Amino acid sequence: MNRTLRIDWITIVIYFLLVSTGILNIYSSTYSNERINSFDLNSLAFKQFLFFTFSLISGIFILFAPSKFFQKFSSLIYLLSIFLLIGLFAFGDTVYGHKSWYTLFGLSIQPTEIAKLSTNLAIAKLLSEIEIDLKKIKSLIQVFLVILIPVLLTLLQPDFGSALIFLSFTFVLFREGLNPNFLLFLGLSMILALFALIKPFFYISVFLTGFFGCFYFLSKKINKKVSSIPIIIVFILSCVYVFSINHIYEDLLSQRHRDRIDIFLGKETDIMGIGYNLNQSIIAIGSGGISGKGFLQGTQTKGKFVPRQHTDYIFSTIGEEWGFYGTSIIIILFATLILRILFRAELQKNIFGRSYAYGAASLIFMHFFINVGMSIGLVPTIGIPLPFISYGGSSMYTFTILIFIYLNIDANRLNETRI
Amino acid sequence: MTRIYLLKLLTIVISLIFLIKLFGLQVLNKDYDKLSQNNAILEIEDYPERGFIYDRKGRILVSNQPAYDVMIIPENLSPFDTLSFCSLTGIEKKELISNLESARRFSMRLPSVIVNQISKEVYAKLQEQMWKFQGFFIQRKSIRDYRFSFGANVLGYVSEVNNQDLMRDNYYRQGDLIGRQGIEKSYENELRGKKGKKFLQKDRFNRIIGPYKNGKYDIEPVQAKNINLTIDIELQSYGEKLMKNKRGGVVAIEPETGEVLALVTAPSYDPKILVGRQRSDNYKMLANDTVSKPLFDRALLAQYSPGSTLKPLNALIALQEGVINNETQHNCNKGFYYAKNAHMDCNCKYGSKNDLIKSINKSCNTFFSKTYLSLINNSKSTAEGIDNWKKYLESFGLGNYLGYDLPIGRPGLIPNSSFYNDLYKGENWSATNIISNGIGQGEVLATPIQLANYTSAIANKGFYITPHFVKIKDEKKPYNEMPKITTAVDTNNFFDVIDGMYKVVEEGTARIAKINGLKVCGKTGTVENFTIIKGKKTQLTDHSIFIAFAPKENPKIAVAAFIENGYWGSRWAAPISSLMIEKYLNNTITRPRLENRMLNGSLELEYNKPISGENFNINE
Repeated sequence: MNRTLRIDWITIVIYFLLVSTGILNIYSSTYSNERINSFDLNSLAFKQFLFFTFSLISGIFILFAPSKFFQKFSSLIYLLSIFLLIGLFAFGDTVYGHKSWYTLFGLSIQPTEIAKLSTNLAIAKLLSEIEIDLKKIKSLIQVFLVILIPVLLTLLQPDFGSALIFLSFTFVLFREGLNPNFLLFLGLSMILALFALIKPFFYISVFLTGFFGCFYFLSKKINKKVSSIPIIIVFILSCVYVFSINHIYEDLLSQRHRDRIDIFLGKETDIMGIGYNLNQSIIAIGSGGISGKGFLQGTQTKGKFVPRQHTDYIFSTIGEEWGFYGTSIIIILFATLILRILFRAELQKNIFGRSYAYGAASLIFMHFFINVGMSIGLVPTIGIPLPFISYGGSSMYTFTILIFIYLNIDANRLNETRI
Repeated sequence: MTRIYLLKLLTIVISLIFLIKLFGLQVLNKDYDKLSQNNAILEIEDYPERGFIYDRKGRILVSNQPAYDVMIIPENLSPFDTLSFCSLTGIEKKELISNLESARRFSMRLPSVIVNQISKEVYAKLQEQMWKFQGFFIQRKSIRDYRFSFGANVLGYVSEVNNQDLMRDNYYRQGDLIGRQGIEKSYENELRGKKGKKFLQKDRFNRIIGPYKNGKYDIEPVQAKNINLTIDIELQSYGEKLMKNKRGGVVAIEPETGEVLALVTAPSYDPKILVGRQRSDNYKMLANDTVSKPLFDRALLAQYSPGSTLKPLNALIALQEGVINNETQHNCNKGFYYAKNAHMDCNCKYGSKNDLIKSINKSCNTFFSKTYLSLINNSKSTAEGIDNWKKYLESFGLGNYLGYDLPIGRPGLIPNSSFYNDLYKGENWSATNIISNGIGQGEVLATPIQLANYTSAIANKGFYITPHFVKIKDEKKPYNEMPKITTAVDTNNFFDVIDGMYKVVEEGTARIAKINGLKVCGKTGTVENFTIIKGKKTQLTDHSIFIAFAPKENPKIAVAAFIENGYWGSRWAAPISSLMIEKYLNNTITRPRLENRMLNGSLELEYNKPISGENFNINE
């Protein structure tokens, strides 16, 4: 059978739909009335088109690469990307106070984006090793180190948003046998952190006392042998945790970050201040109505009211110009893409293929969740791009390669099963 | 199993939450649409150019001219060379600093005026150097351009709206111009047109980046109407020149149509001084002149005793009532005793015997007093008599607002029985108490335009058309079709009175008003008047009045002239009226010496007498 026919065509179609949506909306959000020449070679939409073409060519090469290539070279790719991250501190450019970019021949390259891909490869490789067992502490440390190194390097840039993205690998680890308590622990500590920021420490300590007290007595009723010591330790740890969250918020975070968190928590409603971005984004999306204002007709978009609208806030352009129809289609496309990759991942025979695909889906999910959530005010303002759609060469390249490696792995699975 | 489904479930749940949130934002909530409208779209008002004003012969009286204001947005200001700015614009450094300060106090982001209405020359120079002055810009606006230095009282003026205007009419915005006086006020709605709306797309720095949707939602302004006045600017300027250094009013009306040909008040001012940079200073100067009151339109507002010019009217009423006819004669012995110790003086010779025509021509007080007595006593009671008389006068447009199309006016006064009941506080009064009304010297008051109006009613032999200043209001309804208002006196009673008025000019008191080849009818008036100086009622030099129309057959112009303290009617009012009639009908002046005397004559000495604080003689 012809090999090309066995490629996951649905993913490719979704990929093309998302990329073209991106280019159209970048064109719209950077469009200005003065520019008569509609296809300017310097326009960002055209640049994005060039990024896309370049990424696609690389992608096609990857599609036809030998199936074992990535598994073999994943460690090397990972190491290279780590060096690139370290190199930033020496050669990187500082933009908006972040040392996150290299400038090469007029192009800005963001190694953090590449690190997301390489970390995914590295984790897949590591998990596929026979001696790795996530139930063992040693294996856990190994895996966490692989994640933690790029996370720390990213935090040092500092790029809090991108660092947060690496949390998505928790899903891969969970799929591959990580103790669910880790996930529970992560989730609970996030919820607790949230409460710690909203309510004064006093109320939370009262709440925690009540909660653990009830938990202890209920457990005692069910099982008389329950010891009070671990519960007391967890209680004390929780209190320390909440206290330290407050400490970090009040003393360690800069006002800029505090502002962002406050806006998200609804503590401040200063619409011309830091909340401006979010407000303008919501106004843009809301004003799109059901069917939107039409291509190039968005008043918020044309007026450039939403900052960074071609990058982080691209979703607001879609919302304003294409309305609820546009936004729901984009959400359905993303959900379909993620679910499709997840389902196909389960069909993989080898762990490398499965966890790579899982990681790819998790990465896309995390970006999608944070970016769209931020644009509509459900998630705090965290500057990360919307995959395939936001303007940016590094992001476009990374996600294209991410998808095409998945396509390669997936196609090889099909080939193996059929032949 | 959870390991396989967790992320899938999460994807589905998160996507659903997003969809629900977006449904709420985009489909259920309609407020965001309005918000984005406010944010990104600037709604500005599109002003139509204010309408032009033409005279009856199509000459432009008022048009518009560009004016340039130097504006500033304090936020954008960067340090600049104040010295060169001051020398360019010609303002004092002190003024500049205080203007900048108040601009800052007003708003950092909104524009304020720093230098008001710079000249075209300054504009040209400044324009080249604007790059030096960050934050400044020049705003063009349209101001009135008066082509003539005359007719200020008719044209009126415009000024910026005040808070009351804003409260009264929500059409206006701060800074809009509104007609304040004259035609500019009465025809404000026509002259302003109706402003439209323009929607502009802004960016987040509030900069305008172009029309919103190529002007799809813009509302075109309704063009202003141009207005054609009934005023003949040549006659108007001639009248104003004749009235120079005098006080009073001259009104000329075309009797057939009620069109006001000239409305002269003196002293007046040049309308040009109420535009431009000096506007407020000039306005203050005019408003502060409480002695000669240049802003007080005497032609419309000054209520004077009509004096002997009321005699033709009383004659008409008496004829209509049948108390006299063209054969009625009265003896006059330099006047007569109408009551014990009450003598009515007259200029007639001792032993005169006057009929109606002769009495008009000689202005015989005796004849008209006796006629008035018989007129009042013709009714059942004195009260009824006077009320009946008032009704006649009212039919000539006296005693009430005339209803012309300028915003100001006075009703004048025609007393009735209750007026005298109040005046005499319940005591009995009889016809002899009010006999002065017969010669126009009593309580009767009229404005110059009312005088001109009843003159034109006499000229028309029994009707008048409400005087008006605009020729055609709109194409469908020309003013020419305005209703005739008929007088209570029938046409057949007019002939003798008109003959009398003709004789006045031909051989009577106003021979000075005679124009070769033209039959002029007129009536002089000389009105005693008083003022109070240091609490003492003091008589001043008589007012000089004249009413006239010409030609006698098919009259084309009716004039009333009132010159304060001009003494005899024939001294100032008659020559001025006559010159205006000649100017209007013949367009040449055959009496240059008379014209010169009128143009150069001044009554300033007369006006200075009561305020000089010294004793003075009157009627010199």
